[in-house]
Amino acid sequence: MAVPMAEAVSKAVGLSKHVTGPAGDLTILQGLDLEIQTGEAVAILGASGSGKSTLLGLLAGLDNPSAGQIWLCGQALEGLDEDGRAALRGGRVGFVFQNFQLLPNLTARENILLPLELTGSDEASRRADEALERVGLMARAGHYPRQLSGGEQQRVAIARAYAPWPQVLFADEPTGNLDQATGEQIIDLLLDLRRQTDAALVLVTHDPRLAERCDRRLRMSGGRLEQQS
Amino acid sequence: MISRPLLTWRIALRLLRQDRRSGELHLLGAALVLTVAAITAVGFFTDRVESSMNRQGADLLAADLVLESTTPLPPDYRQRAEGLGLAIAQTIAFRSILMGEGRPQLVEVKAVDSAYPLRGQLRVREAPSGPGTAAADSPPVAIVHSETPGGAEAPSGRAEDLPGGAQTGSSPLAEALTERLTTRGPSPGQVWIESRLLHLLGTELGTTVGLGASHPALGAILGEEPDRAGALFAFAPRVMMNLADLPATGLVTAASRAEYRLLVAGDAGALARFQRQIEPLPANIRLIDSANARPEFATAVERAGRFLHLATLVTLLVAGAAIALASRRFVARQTDAVAILRCLGAPHHLLWRVFVLRLVLFGLFASLVGCLVGWAGQAGLRLVLSDWFPVDLPPPSLTPALAGIATGLVALLGFALPPLLQLAQVTPLRVLRGDLGPARGSALAAVGAAVLALAVLTLWQAQDARLAGWLLLGVAGAIASLAVSVLLLVRLAGGLTGRVRGVWRLGLAGLTRRPAGAVLHITGLGLGILALLLLAVVRVDLLASWQERLPPGAPNQFLINIQPTDVAPLETFLQEAGITVAALHPMIRGRLTAINGKPVEPSDYANPRAQRLAAREFNLSQGAALPQDNRVLAGTWWTEGEGAPPQFSVEMGLAETLGIALGDEITFTVSGRPVAAPVTSLREVQWDSFNVNFFVVSSPVLLATEPATFITSFYLPAAREDLIPELVRRFPSVTLLDVNAILDQVRTVVDRGVMAVEYVFLFTLVAGLLVMFAGIQASLEERRLEHGILRTLGTGRRALLTSLAVEFTAAGLLAGLLASFFAELTGWLLAEQLFGLEFSFNPRLWLIGVLGSGLFIGLAGTLATYPLLIRPPLTTLRAAA
Repeated sequence: MAVPMAEAVSKAVGLSKHVTGPAGDLTILQGLDLEIQTGEAVAILGASGSGKSTLLGLLAGLDNPSAGQIWLCGQALEGLDEDGRAALRGGRVGFVFQNFQLLPNLTARENILLPLELTGSDEASRRADEALERVGLMARAGHYPRQLSGGEQQRVAIARAYAPWPQVLFADEPTGNLDQATGEQIIDLLLDLRRQTDAALVLVTHDPRLAERCDRRLRMSGGRLEQQS
Repeated sequence: MISRPLLTWRIALRLLRQDRRSGELHLLGAALVLTVAAITAVGFFTDRVESSMNRQGADLLAADLVLESTTPLPPDYRQRAEGLGLAIAQTIAFRSILMGEGRPQLVEVKAVDSAYPLRGQLRVREAPSGPGTAAADSPPVAIVHSETPGGAEAPSGRAEDLPGGAQTGSSPLAEALTERLTTRGPSPGQVWIESRLLHLLGTELGTTVGLGASHPALGAILGEEPDRAGALFAFAPRVMMNLADLPATGLVTAASRAEYRLLVAGDAGALARFQRQIEPLPANIRLIDSANARPEFATAVERAGRFLHLATLVTLLVAGAAIALASRRFVARQTDAVAILRCLGAPHHLLWRVFVLRLVLFGLFASLVGCLVGWAGQAGLRLVLSDWFPVDLPPPSLTPALAGIATGLVALLGFALPPLLQLAQVTPLRVLRGDLGPARGSALAAVGAAVLALAVLTLWQAQDARLAGWLLLGVAGAIASLAVSVLLLVRLAGGLTGRVRGVWRLGLAGLTRRPAGAVLHITGLGLGILALLLLAVVRVDLLASWQERLPPGAPNQFLINIQPTDVAPLETFLQEAGITVAALHPMIRGRLTAINGKPVEPSDYANPRAQRLAAREFNLSQGAALPQDNRVLAGTWWTEGEGAPPQFSVEMGLAETLGIALGDEITFTVSGRPVAAPVTSLREVQWDSFNVNFFVVSSPVLLATEPATFITSFYLPAAREDLIPELVRRFPSVTLLDVNAILDQVRTVVDRGVMAVEYVFLFTLVAGLLVMFAGIQASLEERRLEHGILRTLGTGRRALLTSLAVEFTAAGLLAGLLASFFAELTGWLLAEQLFGLEFSFNPRLWLIGVLGSGLFIGLAGTLATYPLLIRPPLTTLRAAA
């Protein structure tokens, strides 16, 4: 499979997504094109139900498009089964979610260790500690998610996302569940770590302050993307 | 790079630790522990019984070879054995009456000579030696034979003292006694008895008892005798006496029913020569070696063990439902974590391996815990069946534990693996869209795996495909009937919901709004209760019905072993006492050896009853008149009185079993010589009249000269029971069988057996409770939200508590109602259709079944959901959200 551009970590061409619901066929994405370069931070904005999260899921290989092609980390997703896509994500793609998505019965450190171990890294333990250190939660390494505040949980999620040094990080409303001050801290942390790791960042957000700090802003509307200044 | 297997292990162990912390697997674990505990409790126990039977063959016989006969063995055998330098011992076993302070007790007496046992040891408990105790006069125990009659060298090194002669035993009685191993039986003048006899006789060691015409002292409690393993399920308790005392009792004469044994031991060459010299043996003498020692008994124990094992399968089935329910909940609660793992790049095959490994590791741990519980459980079973197995049992082997672990793993994989494997199919998109659940697996696959696991386990336990098939069908039928009935009743209760108000409506709605859950857990509980009630019906109601069916005034006392010289005095004695006796019948022992000149061998028959009849001796009788309660169905009864020519009359059922037809010439071996005559009539006998009857009767001329004892039966009113001691004193060699006492003993034996099965079914009841808890857990989130909302709206805690009590009590009442109904229905079918008894409705069973179950399940369910009520409504709402 040909690699479209050496610098593009994520690319979509003619991307469409239709679903069949009780009310009939529904088009979520319609012939959408997108390219995200290495180290670039892109914010995707849009109203609720505009298809932002669907796009994120498709770009990350979590779902199949109805039409169009997607490349992730230089590899086409077309033709890959779910396991092939999982193997592609392992260690190269990070995720941060609005509701943190930490495993409730693993400690902060164990949550960070898990993706490192999945990559088969020999240095999983050291790198997990480094990641904890970077997000300033070394002292809470042995705590369970329920013992941490919302901001702390999101910091653990960020540490988990960056610990394997991914090429691209997808974030779905990372500050959606946090107060303004904590949200600011989380934005700082996300962008700092992006700089340190040179990973691309694809952000789905409602938060204009967060979007402002990204290199590019795209707005979802009617199943298409529009560039915002 | 970490290797793939290491990665699988690492993740599986981490997730297992997570499971332990979260308590997600507690219910699954409890169901598994329970299943394995039920299986291993029975497994360990039957293993102990089997080890006891499979001890070294020589120990089992107390010798290397045994010659057994129902008539005294000719001295020739003894002389030949002694001539070959073999050690010998003699025993005579028979039933008799032992008189203590209380009522007379039917006992199994074994008279042994001073050389007994030649192999193995006797375990006795006796009062510590000292002046005034019986043991002071007894011979030293724990000695090694140094000489045997005939100067033969006896096997040596067979006995040893228990370390330090330590005080052992657990009962208050046993604590005061010293336990010892010995290789010599009781010395003259004393008898050793089984411990239960001490209680039955109401007496103590050291006192004297009446045994026939003699009055020996109670010297010790007999705990174990090597050749008693074959006497497990012993009907009457054992009394061991010295052979030298036997003549003084007057109990055994040439025609008495007794088992004579010559025990032989020595080197293999001499034994082989001995065997060559004595064979072929006459029909009435049996040679027993370690290979053929008590095979029929081993079969009986194996069958009983298999039955108990099969009973545990009902537990497995109900616990399986709990395992399946708990697995579904576990899967539901793991879905998010799996979606995250998939999102982070965990491939499907890794998750699959992790889940299987996690399940197997968890299954192994739970099964090990189950084995420990089972180990403790077998002690309970041993206690329940102590009357059946009076001998000490060896400790169990580890084989049942391995079987238990294997069962646990098969059950776990069968019931829990299909939903867990679905988990590996969770789409990673769920991290973005929480509404996406795991792909719903095929219900067929889930049910198929469970049925396959059950079929494999049932076949394994039953070791008979046909039996396993019927059992599975039977249980499936019971479950289906229960489930359909539960569904109908739940619907009925649903109709009632609109007619009641407040907490009652809330409680009933709790039951009827979740019909699938209600059907599942009420069926599970109902099955456990049904199993227990059914056994109560068999144990109490059927036996009572049978006893009530006996006609008033039916004979309740049997006198056997009446010597010809005692016949006239006994008749006079009973006449003077105002007791009516129908007749005294002569009884002659003989083995059926040929039909129409063709030798009869047990192996000729496929029917097990026919095999037994062909192998054992018959009690034959002779007489001129057709006995009362008899009716000739074919041929004619002899009418010439005492002068009738030689001929036999055979009971119809026996004739059919053994293939004897009217006109056939049958040959019996009586006292070592053949007695042949044609069959001229076939009779029907009314056995339940309790009058003395015989399968085979001859015309007087045929058997009149053979050695005989006499037998009779009579009715003794309860007010005349004082006659018994006098009768036993006046006629010491006569054995009195008290039908009431025998019925009591039968009831004890049946009771114990049923209790053992009930004990196993208790595990089923607990499994039913686990199904209920699993059902509660499955509905917990929904309930939590409901309660949060209701409390926010102002419903009081007490009202909610009442609604829970109403819901679970209603479930318990339904389960109890259905269980009582099906138990009575089965009892009625058994009584009326199978046993021909009149079945009476038992209101107590319904009372206990319905109310007991309602109370018990109402309490258990309310307690399980009570924690929901003590949380503040806001916490509950937040948690639910």
